Amino acid sequence: MPILWLTVIVLALAALGYVIGRRRALASGDGRIRNLHSLPSYYGSYVAMMTGVPAISLMLLWLLAQPFWVNSAVLADLPVSAVADGSSSSLVMSDVRRLADGLDRAVAQGVMTEADIDAMGSDLSGIRTRLGNVGVALGSDVSTDILTSAQDYRTKAATGRLVMSILVLAVAIVGFGWAYQRTHKDFRARNVVERGIRYVLIAAACIAILTTIGIVLSLVFNAIAFFRVYPASDFFFSLTWSPSFGGGSELGILPLLWGTFYISIIALLVAVPIGLFSAIYLAEYAGPKVRGVAKPLLEVLAGIPTIVYGLFALLTVGPFLLGIFGPDGVGWMQAGTAVITAGLVMGIMLIPFVSSLSDDIINAVPQALRDGSYGLGATKSETIRQVILPAALPGIVGAILLAASRAIGETMIVVLGAGAAARLDLNPFEAMTTVTAKIVSQLTGDADFSSPEALVAFALGMTLFIVTLGLNVFALYIVRKYREQYE
Amino acid sequence: MYDAPQVTKQETAVTDVKIQASDVQVYYGGNHAIKDVSVAIDDKTVTAFIGPSGCGKSTFLRCLNRMNDTIDICRVTGDIRIDGEDIYDKRVDPVQLRAKVGMVFQKPNPFPKSIYDNIAYGPRIHGMARNKAELDEIVEKALRRGAIWDEVKDRLDAPGTGLSGGQQQRLCIARAVATEPEVLLMDEPCSALDPIATAQVEELIDELRQNYAVVIVTHSMQQAARVSQKTAFFHLGNLVEYDDTSKIFTNPEDSRTESYITGRIG
Repeated sequence: MPILWLTVIVLALAALGYVIGRRRALASGDGRIRNLHSLPSYYGSYVAMMTGVPAISLMLLWLLAQPFWVNSAVLADLPVSAVADGSSSSLVMSDVRRLADGLDRAVAQGVMTEADIDAMGSDLSGIRTRLGNVGVALGSDVSTDILTSAQDYRTKAATGRLVMSILVLAVAIVGFGWAYQRTHKDFRARNVVERGIRYVLIAAACIAILTTIGIVLSLVFNAIAFFRVYPASDFFFSLTWSPSFGGGSELGILPLLWGTFYISIIALLVAVPIGLFSAIYLAEYAGPKVRGVAKPLLEVLAGIPTIVYGLFALLTVGPFLLGIFGPDGVGWMQAGTAVITAGLVMGIMLIPFVSSLSDDIINAVPQALRDGSYGLGATKSETIRQVILPAALPGIVGAILLAASRAIGETMIVVLGAGAAARLDLNPFEAMTTVTAKIVSQLTGDADFSSPEALVAFALGMTLFIVTLGLNVFALYIVRKYREQYE
Repeated sequence: MYDAPQVTKQETAVTDVKIQASDVQVYYGGNHAIKDVSVAIDDKTVTAFIGPSGCGKSTFLRCLNRMNDTIDICRVTGDIRIDGEDIYDKRVDPVQLRAKVGMVFQKPNPFPKSIYDNIAYGPRIHGMARNKAELDEIVEKALRRGAIWDEVKDRLDAPGTGLSGGQQQRLCIARAVATEPEVLLMDEPCSALDPIATAQVEELIDELRQNYAVVIVTHSMQQAARVSQKTAFFHLGNLVEYDDTSKIFTNPEDSRTESYITGRIG
């Protein structure tokens, strides 16, 4: 039975459970809500929850576990002769899986029938083209062993799914019956449902956290694989970045880190003063009308996709700067793509981050402090400089650090605005590149995935992750410290 | 009621008028919050404003140092003179006025700075000290006047927000005193304090009377009776009665005043 139908049946059962459970509870209380321990909807929800949640959870777990089980079962039955010299059982297994998938799809589309597959037995010549017709490309001709294994795989998978469907339906029905039988006017359905809601929320939080851990682990394992084939000291301390896919690459991270920090610093030099000043204007000087218009307008900047900023850098800012600083002007700049171009545009992108967060933080400074300062005869700007900004400073620093981690992680503006040359240079009119831009270029090439030139992307990603994580933790620490002060 | 203030500051006759307000009207948008209030506040006297919540006593207090200017929708008309000078005149700078008319707020609001910097804030803004030694002197004098010097003299670098509520309020009074105002406005200065801190602040108010005209808004009639010499009763934006405190509390002329102080309205 397809997963979709199974899900629909379980959900329909749960919906039915809601209606019936509600009705039974009401009936047991002589139709009066006051006689029930909980509101009728809680009884309904209880039955629906007991029907749906265990069944769906079982289905999800089964779907996660089944491939592993089928894989190992088929692998155990795999004849030794099927594994050719210079190959490995895992490679053969991926062939088996692909063939099994292809057969499934062929049957589903009606190109082949089960009888056809059984009849093929010894004649394997046509299978590759036939499967090619349904969009499954096989790497090599199929051997009898592999076909047998693929059939074995399909049988086991089908059995597994059948068992799963039966079990899931059984669990749903048992849950339904048990909950229905417990539904009575004295049953504390509200407490049970509240507890159930808590577990659902905990599960959601766990998924978010586990995913993060998974991302980190995949980075870590690939980074470890990289450091096995490339010395860590060269990676962290070499001053040259020159990957060559023929081998003999020099993969020093320092030029990339330098490019990242240089561009980020220029971006922050643009974004922090402009963002902070506009936040002060919006929070302290602007009237409600101006504020109502200007704040959303500023925040629109945050909604522009970064690729659009990249185009702006490439097509507008770069040529504009080249006109001033290029060969026709001062003569410092050779091409439109440069650190300064990317930095300026990234700075514009960050303005709303700084201004919006700072505006909220400045507004959170208690009015009593302003009154106190005005009451002593301070002017508006004296009050802002000497009372409001110091009070808001920790929060503003937090906002700036969040903007900084945004800048460090930015890719598109760099790719289009800063060029691709990895170099250590102080001249902001030179092209440079950043860690993120290089991760993209290392993984989009044709390189063998196990080569250091491709794996270096994970080491770069890991380094970047640690840097931005550190910044975020620091920012959160500061913001939290600030919060304690006014509560 | 009173003659125009002809006397100069040095003469400290009992009836020396410090603030003369005539026909003051205040509007918050369309809301007429203060109606036709005329009052003469004496120098070196504690004047209490009492009345039920929302009667306009705080609003009127905030007119006296033009704090209402910071509220966009607020409009003040009428005539308020301090030492005979119209404070709503176009040539008067509200910033300078507020240096002359200090204010203490309902909730203690020390700045998130050290105790020393809290006190030195006003004097620094107004350039009252030429060097560090003079500033130290001003700070010490203000803290002594605020009756808090002995408690904080060893920790002037500690943050002002770390003091107890009563200490914070006395710090704020000291901060207001540090700019050497001539009038001190207090908007329910004890409403956030416990009885012990309240007693300390009340004692302080009585001492401050030696040097300043003090105007205090309070919800506590006992407090008004304890600290003030003159009392003004506000009701629904009107000044109902204004007289010596002893007369207001023993023999009020208006029936509304009597109802209020005996607890029948409010």
